[in-house]
Amino acid sequence: MTASTRLRRVKPALAGRLLAKRSAGRLARWDMKFSPYLFVSPYFLLFAAFGAFPMLYTLWVALHDWDLVGSRDFVGPANFRMVLSDPQFWNAVWNTAGMFVVATVPQLLLALMLANALNRRMRGQTLLRMGVLAPMVTSVAAVAIVFSQLFSRDFGLINYVLGWFGADPIDWTAERWSSWLAISVMVDWRWTGYNALIYLAAMQSIPKDLYEAAAIDGASRRRQFWTITLPMLRPTIIFTAIISTIGGFQLFTEPLLFGNGDMAGGSLRQFQTVTMYMFENAFGRFDYGYASAVSWMLFLIILVGSLLNFLWLRRVGGGAR
Amino acid sequence: MIPIGSRRRGGGPLATLWGAGPLTRIMLAATIVLSVFPLYWMLVVATRTNDVVGSVPPPVVPGGELGRNLARLFGNEQAHFGLGLINSAIAASTVTVSTLLFASLAGFAFAKLRFRGRNALLLVMLATMMVPVQMGIIPLYMLMAEIGWTGRLQAVIVPFLVTGFGVFMMRQYTLQALPDELIEAARIDGCSTWRIYWSVVLPVLRPAMAVLGLFTFMQTWNEFLWPLAVLDPDNPTVQYSLNLLNGAYYTDYSLMFTGTAVATLPLLVIFLLCGRQLISGIMDGALKA
Repeated sequence: MTASTRLRRVKPALAGRLLAKRSAGRLARWDMKFSPYLFVSPYFLLFAAFGAFPMLYTLWVALHDWDLVGSRDFVGPANFRMVLSDPQFWNAVWNTAGMFVVATVPQLLLALMLANALNRRMRGQTLLRMGVLAPMVTSVAAVAIVFSQLFSRDFGLINYVLGWFGADPIDWTAERWSSWLAISVMVDWRWTGYNALIYLAAMQSIPKDLYEAAAIDGASRRRQFWTITLPMLRPTIIFTAIISTIGGFQLFTEPLLFGNGDMAGGSLRQFQTVTMYMFENAFGRFDYGYASAVSWMLFLIILVGSLLNFLWLRRVGGGAR
Repeated sequence: MIPIGSRRRGGGPLATLWGAGPLTRIMLAATIVLSVFPLYWMLVVATRTNDVVGSVPPPVVPGGELGRNLARLFGNEQAHFGLGLINSAIAASTVTVSTLLFASLAGFAFAKLRFRGRNALLLVMLATMMVPVQMGIIPLYMLMAEIGWTGRLQAVIVPFLVTGFGVFMMRQYTLQALPDELIEAARIDGCSTWRIYWSVVLPVLRPAMAVLGLFTFMQTWNEFLWPLAVLDPDNPTVQYSLNLLNGAYYTDYSLMFTGTAVATLPLLVIFLLCGRQLISGIMDGALKA
């Protein structure tokens, strides 16, 4: 950064204006002592009120039979026990995990390939990067609406194009695999470019000499990618995988709008995610206690999922070295 | 931004090392087409009548119905689309300004000021960044109901006035961009801490604040789940309003697509103007979330 030039620009102005304030004394010591707390307090106050309190309160509510009106009896872990033996909950977990895999694995692979392609010398780089990133600016709701139309059975462009190859129209919302695929396409369309840019940044920080040395030794492009690029990108890949886990397990808007705003996620709940199930219990059945238990389970799943991801990728990456 | 490849032209294997082959170019072209097509399709349907979705072959160029669709959009009685736009503009601007202020204040304190309990507080903050938003939505809703904020715009503003992510990003940037000498010099000149923040820290933080501001605005504008939970249909944000355009028995795609196009347009304009900064922000690792 241009810190030194700023130093020159800022300092004389300050010096002149503020020398008068020399009577510092007690006020200055007071300022040194309490200003830092004052500066960080907005964050912590807001977090306490709207972050920590709700989270702990969720636990409290989860231990009760808590409805919109009437009963709020303490029931202990009963809600959690019910969640654990609730087939609809496990169905939602299965859907969420399935869509996470179907969406994330191709997404990160595509992002890697895309970053590798962007990491070449060519004209119009900024334009290319903006084109790749444009989907991220589009709101999830807009993405879901547009893609739901593209995937519609009778009038969708995707079935129309598939028709060129002689395929019968697919009712994308009807089956488990097809709805998962359609929803994954929405997710990937929005996020692949973003991940590609993160990979690209990491690729550019790899020393060029490594590639030049490998090229002189006669290593092909592909070989260079596998033996230099991938190992060097390992921390970044782990990072994107964890971020995708956190995001993927909270999947909500795409499946909701894909199913025309139906919280159940299809007639057979074939694409209902955990967040949708939580929402259904809280704002459809007004069973706050049960919904809170579901949301705590979601939190635990995300925690475990991120951890597994991290351990697995570290082991895989370690083996490749 | 870091330049790609070295510009030197050598012989042998190095000549082709950083060049883009035809296959790479084809792949990039295909990616761009896939990236932009849904946005283009949005425009095509938004400028035609609803019959368009059934026609074979499908239309590939925009039509002339945009004006009529816009009139239907803003005249729609259940969606309150105009109000949704205004609400989203208010919410997104307020959240952005306050996030920039509070995040830079706290980020500066965490990066450069010494105080008891700093590391512990920082750790607490980092831990809070891991917690998914959905976790707190039910009790947050109950809290809003308790204080009578359900259905009111402040419910989608106040809880998000500053994020841990913003504070953390500002802290990282301050650490890297602001030399300690600058602060010490200002102290010797008798600056109060607030004065240092205002006259020394803020100017240095400007580039990072541009990126955080862009990102925060986008996020608030695009938020869907929480407004859906806490607001009422007669006072929606723009994303909620989009959901209200979907009729129960009959899907009017040209109407919905006009809505999505109008709702996306402000962000696209901002993106075209400041996309370069957003990209360098992501690539500098500033926006890893």
